[in-house]
Amino acid sequence: MDNGAAVAVRDLRRSYRDVVAVDGIHLDIASGEVFALLGPNGAGKTTTVEILEGFRRRDGGTVAVLGHDPARASRAWRARIGIVLQLASKGPELTVLEMVRHFAQFYPRPRAPEEAIDLVGLTAKARSRVGKLSGGQVRRLDVALGIVGQPELLFLDEPTTGFDPEARRQFWELIRRLRGDGTTILLTTHYLDEAEALADRIAVIAAGRIVASGEPGSLGGRATAAARVSWQARDAGPTTVQTATPTRLVAELAREFGGEIPGLTVTRPTLEDIYLELIAEVGHDGER
Amino acid sequence: MTASVKAAVSATEVGNAARLPGVWRLGLARGGVEVKQFFRDKMAVAFIFGLPPILLVLLGSIFGSQAAAQHVTVGQLYTAGMIAGGIMATSFQYLAISIATEREDGMLKRLRGTPMPGAAYFAGKVVQVIMCTAAETVLLIAVGMAFYHLHLPSSPGRWWTFAWVFVLGTAACSLLGIAASSLPRSAASAAPVISLPFTVLQFISGIYVPFNDVPGWMRDVASFFPLKWMAQGMRSVFLPQQAAALEPARAWEHGRIALVLVIWIAAGLVLCLRTFRWQSRS
Repeated sequence: MDNGAAVAVRDLRRSYRDVVAVDGIHLDIASGEVFALLGPNGAGKTTTVEILEGFRRRDGGTVAVLGHDPARASRAWRARIGIVLQLASKGPELTVLEMVRHFAQFYPRPRAPEEAIDLVGLTAKARSRVGKLSGGQVRRLDVALGIVGQPELLFLDEPTTGFDPEARRQFWELIRRLRGDGTTILLTTHYLDEAEALADRIAVIAAGRIVASGEPGSLGGRATAAARVSWQARDAGPTTVQTATPTRLVAELAREFGGEIPGLTVTRPTLEDIYLELIAEVGHDGER
Repeated sequence: MTASVKAAVSATEVGNAARLPGVWRLGLARGGVEVKQFFRDKMAVAFIFGLPPILLVLLGSIFGSQAAAQHVTVGQLYTAGMIAGGIMATSFQYLAISIATEREDGMLKRLRGTPMPGAAYFAGKVVQVIMCTAAETVLLIAVGMAFYHLHLPSSPGRWWTFAWVFVLGTAACSLLGIAASSLPRSAASAAPVISLPFTVLQFISGIYVPFNDVPGWMRDVASFFPLKWMAQGMRSVFLPQQAAALEPARAWEHGRIALVLVIWIAAGLVLCLRTFRWQSRS
């Protein structure tokens, strides 16, 4: 039934009154993969993920998460997944260690609580009350609670929002480490560099549909898209040309300048360019 | 799938299921965490646990030496009533506020996303409420005995009355508290949304003022809620038999007290089952 797929979604649909939030989504996530789901707010991202997590019901379609329908979540199934929720919480009157230890009790084969705390870099704060932590530290605790059960599949909803750059890099290392241990990870994020750095595959969701999916380097035709060559022309000043054959153009320019080309850059569209283009197309469709 | 593979798969699944921690163990674990959190939360300790004894000392010191009737002081009336008010504070008020807060700040959803069975969550609340309510009751009885001529129940019959009023009252108020936890729309509004009507109910149920001093129509309103009946039951436990003449019905009405509380338990259970949500509406 599951063919080694961690997540298999076919024609998923969900509406709220008259508003169609999810409009026929297909999604396959292989076991051991880091998969990023990108999309603007209101695109259906959260609804989709919450259906996979067993928090929301669906109107139509089939969903298998680790081979089970999340709408009929059992304790044994819950023990195999980990959910990192992004929550504003003033924090209960417990220390980091007490909280992680308590959540570890729910699972049949938990990580050592100290190990989970160490993995997210909170060891120095293990005996601090949750209410005394900074925003970024609370987010790391959220992650510790999500991984303490040693999940086969981990859901990460905008995990690094509010992190400083160093904390983000540390967090990326943690994700790579979990991936190395064979954990399948479904990540939603607003940061395209994060998706590019971590994800094996990306899907872009807009207006309740998957508008593109693929590896970060080739998403939306990125690998074959026209390159952009910019340089300082002798007469015209800054010049930019889009071309399918950038190497030939650079060679010509090199001959023309007889050596170095002033201000030369050659760029392919960034993931962000591709993403914004994809989102914009859907927006125009919606207006028509 | 061949039969042997199927058998192997189901054996693994059974094996996994068997290793899931038991509901009772997790219920106790939840209870430990609940009690710990409650007594570390200064707001909860001050306003839920501390307020009834403080009010008893205040009201008892101001009005306590007056005689309500022959053989009965106002201090005794206040202590018996405040025991009922204390039960409702540590069950209804605490549960409604704490569950509303946990729902709105996402703790309930977070627990729901783990293999913790829902029953363990409620078992934890039961442990917390029983411990806290018992401690509150002992404290109020001690204050009453020390300052306001309260006497421990003098016969096994009175202890029996005390036991069933305590148990039925705690159960009814707990279920009502769980149901009422759905009313506040944010964690910040939970305390005022719950505490304001609770304070009003205590006034009209004869907790802060002797029930006979409450206007008739307010007493009629109070009679629809469990607190008035719990206070009446506690008076029947701690006051002399002659004091029954002070009751509106000139009797303790044990049968009616039990009936009202059982009806509230049934109604509260139905309300909880129909309204309880693990996630905030937003």
